[in-house]
Amino acid sequence: MIRLVLLVAQKDLLIERRSRVLLWQVAPFGLMTLVLCGLAVGPNASTQAKLAPGLFYIVMTLVALLVINRTSQLEAARGTATSVQILGIDPGAVFLGKGLAMFIQLSIVGSALLAGTTVLLHVPLHAAIVTVPVLLLATATLSLAGVLYGRIAASSANAGTLLPALALPAFAPVLIAGERAFSSLITYGPLARWVWLLGVSLAAYACVGLLLYGALEES
Amino acid sequence: MAVASLCDVVVTTGSFPLLSGVNLTLESATTYVVTGPNGAGKTSLLRVLAGLEVPSRGTGTVLGFDICSAERRELRRHVGWLGHETSFYPDLSPAENLLFAARTTSADVALIPSALERVGLAHRAKVPLKSLSAGQQRRLSLAWLLVRRPQLWLLDEPFASLDDEGRDLTSQLIGAAQASGATVVLTSHGALPADTNAAPIVIVGGRIVESAS
Repeated sequence: MIRLVLLVAQKDLLIERRSRVLLWQVAPFGLMTLVLCGLAVGPNASTQAKLAPGLFYIVMTLVALLVINRTSQLEAARGTATSVQILGIDPGAVFLGKGLAMFIQLSIVGSALLAGTTVLLHVPLHAAIVTVPVLLLATATLSLAGVLYGRIAASSANAGTLLPALALPAFAPVLIAGERAFSSLITYGPLARWVWLLGVSLAAYACVGLLLYGALEES
Repeated sequence: MAVASLCDVVVTTGSFPLLSGVNLTLESATTYVVTGPNGAGKTSLLRVLAGLEVPSRGTGTVLGFDICSAERRELRRHVGWLGHETSFYPDLSPAENLLFAARTTSADVALIPSALERVGLAHRAKVPLKSLSAGQQRRLSLAWLLVRRPQLWLLDEPFASLDDEGRDLTSQLIGAAQASGATVVLTSHGALPADTNAAPIVIVGGRIVESAS
């Protein structure tokens, strides 16, 4: 199982390395959106810092949608989908492997966006550094949820527009918990409950994905 | 020995029947050619044999696996499939595509270089698949069959998009597969190469109207 998970993740990452979609399309989109958010908030540094966690997680969610759409489209072509079915790979391994690849990609873009948020929106450096573990937890949750909803949307002819409609409500707990945790780290507020919410969301999506991904593949 | 047996198999999409009460027996070490007009159900028949479609009625076993139960997932690991469309990842090279497929199915990766050589893709083994022609991409599918060595070959229009050399190669591979004891089922609109010795199955409107079995 672990071997298959790593093979699937390696394959998705190799495709990304070849296509450079993350580097030349997704990351620039995220950084440009962050700049626009900064401009929309105005020049006041304290206002920017106060709104930074929410803006950061909104941009992360938008970036995640792009990565999810891209990843789910890798097997969307009928011929490729059939081939993957014929290989008979354990659906749980496909789910976790694609989730792992997405997690790595989102973590890279998320780190760049966090650095951008620190510079552009005047987030204290210590808060940006200590929020990294929370960011990784939120990214892992977004990744597993993304693989699941990406698979559901991929079966539709309008996957690109269906995916946000399906996934954004599901991302709400991650968005809220991530934002509150980041804000708490800036203001030294309570953190545990938001980390707990992220952990529960991650576990829930992992269980649901392992149970349902095979059925989604078949449908 | 029968490798596949279908009894009154019905496959529908929505309320439209793709296959209507198909009865069929396939013997080992035999090549079959499924012919019929467009939309007759040729591809649907192959998909049922591959465990990719669930019959809404009827029963059947392929290579000993029940196609109406969850066993069809296991069946897929024992069949080789060559479809109409590109079956691999366009951003990966032929060698990388085969390596991924071989590793995930525990096939012998040492066979990959010789398989690529056999189908004439050795010199294009490391370029992205998307830069290859449709015919070369079909050759890659044939290379995968050589690596996987399935017991049942299911080939949907295997001669489409191929030049004369490719058609000859495909014909040779089908002959070699049959000689090694595998069963080959292929669909075709047109005439097969002269040296392809295949038992006919004629399908019209989702029903088999002529069969060697």
